[in-house]
Amino acid sequence: MISIYITSFIVGGLICVIGQLLMDVAKLTPAHTLCSLVVVGSVLDGIGWYEPFIDFAGAGATIPITSFGNALTHGAMAEAERHGLVGVVTGMFEVTSSGISAAIIFGLIGALLFTSKGNI
Amino acid sequence: MVKRGVLTFHSKPSIYATGVTAGPLENKKSVFAQQFDKSYEDERCDLPTNEDGHKQLMYDAVLIALSKAKKQPEKIDFLLTGDLVNQMTPSNFTAHALAIPYIGLFSACATSVSSMITAALLADAKHANWIVAGSSSQHNAIERQFRYPVEYGSQKGATAQWTVTAAGAALIGQHTQGTPVIDCATVGKVVDMGMTDPLNMGSAMAPAASDTLMNHLTGHGKTVDDYDTIITGDLGSNGFKIFKALANENGLPHTKNFRDAGEEFYGNDPSFKAGASGSGCSAAVFFSDVYQKLLTGEYKRVLLLATGALLSPLSFQQGDTIPCIAHAIELTMEEVTAP
Amino acid sequence: MQQEKYAQIEKELSPKPPIMKNVIKAFLIGGSICLIGQFIALFYITYFDFTERTASNPTVATMIFIAMLLTGFGLYKKIAQFGGAGAAVPITGFGNAVVSASIEHKSEGYVLGVGGNMFKLAGSVILFGVFSAFVVALIKTILVKFGVVSW
Repeated sequence: MISIYITSFIVGGLICVIGQLLMDVAKLTPAHTLCSLVVVGSVLDGIGWYEPFIDFAGAGATIPITSFGNALTHGAMAEAERHGLVGVVTGMFEVTSSGISAAIIFGLIGALLFTSKGNI
Repeated sequence: MVKRGVLTFHSKPSIYATGVTAGPLENKKSVFAQQFDKSYEDERCDLPTNEDGHKQLMYDAVLIALSKAKKQPEKIDFLLTGDLVNQMTPSNFTAHALAIPYIGLFSACATSVSSMITAALLADAKHANWIVAGSSSQHNAIERQFRYPVEYGSQKGATAQWTVTAAGAALIGQHTQGTPVIDCATVGKVVDMGMTDPLNMGSAMAPAASDTLMNHLTGHGKTVDDYDTIITGDLGSNGFKIFKALANENGLPHTKNFRDAGEEFYGNDPSFKAGASGSGCSAAVFFSDVYQKLLTGEYKRVLLLATGALLSPLSFQQGDTIPCIAHAIELTMEEVTAP
Repeated sequence: MQQEKYAQIEKELSPKPPIMKNVIKAFLIGGSICLIGQFIALFYITYFDFTERTASNPTVATMIFIAMLLTGFGLYKKIAQFGGAGAAVPITGFGNAVVSASIEHKSEGYVLGVGGNMFKLAGSVILFGVFSAFVVALIKTILVKFGVVSW
């Protein structure tokens, strides 16, 4: 039971290390880095590796942005399995809706509550 | 003989007074805080938006400079200011509020000097008796336009600079004894050495500073030793280091009297990375620290060398390099001759 | 001076990013955020009707909520300055991108400002996530149809 906490810390940390290397060594902007990781997550799910990875690392695999690509692909593929080709489009947000809707709702609430501060 | 970009002001226009305003962070962290005329408790000067606060900074700086010389805005012939916000709306609104005939000037962070050069030209040609020159920047307004939203978390490297919240204004008029006077100036060319990193402006601007410095020295027949200080605008620690290396390469062996306003602004505090930047940075330092040292006689002759990176968010996203400019202006404090 | 020669001088004098230090900091911050996520998931599994598989949905929403608070109080940018990718890569970084853009553009109103700019940073992640998911799922569906692989 305790081991999942250790693996989630180490695996999550390592994914962030890959992101840091993309920014510092490959000189990608943060936006390019995140897009690359999302695409990687999506491809890993396509070849069926991401789900076992989640079983292994728990939040270490679901919290990094790679899981966003995984969730989109997973939803699309699950729907495609049931309804064929059209499911690729219709199932896309089936799994990942919570992240997007939370971002929109809390984005608006954040704007209502806060103003930016140029502090250091 | 006319030399390109090299100007001599035979009537030696005077700088009568200056006004410098700064934000709360600058008041707390800047080594020049004691020399600023006014600072605000609130980063937006208690106004609703960053841009409103930006306008207030410039407006107050102009009024402070005028009040020191006991002048009213109605007596001023020209207002020459600029900033970094799109279409320079803070300057435009300031000009409206002051109702002074106005030309907005954009030389990015070199506007402090380009506005003084233009003011000196107007005074020297006797087109005007009183001119206000100046520039300003406001951290939040500039960051959100050129980089990211203020609250967005992005890791800044060691070459990044912190846009200051500050404004500086100078009242320039016909020659008078006992005031710092404008001797000569050099208008810079745009220099582009192919740098592309908007978080490393110092590296992009250093060659422009070096180019204008050499043009000024050869154009006016001066050497580095003629100046008590040669102070650049906002190269930051990294750009300043490169600038000094370029000076050495150009046959200027020692650079002891070189200063950089951006590097000094926050006292080399590492949380500000390479130092300060923004068009308010050079204006605030030139019109406070340097001007006061001229008045007290600590400096007799100085060269202000303000640098500007002439990029836009659009140009660097389209993959363009960063074109840069530097303008130089030479100020002297004359000995008051006994009547 | 030639651009190539200047590029050489500039490269020599400019400080290099402290990659090793940045990597360690990214590891610690990123790992900690995922660990917090793991605890939140445990909370949802223990006290609500969620399984290990379904707990990730409310976990993600909670993490974005925390990111909103940290962003609003001006703390997320400090965490990100320290942790770099460690703060950008977890879902909280996505939340920070959305919330910071919303807060920043409030001055232009809720429709044109917040509505129009909320996704100006995070939008590219959604675009490339959706498009790559589309391509991957399409390929997989076609391959299954031709009997090359199975679901």
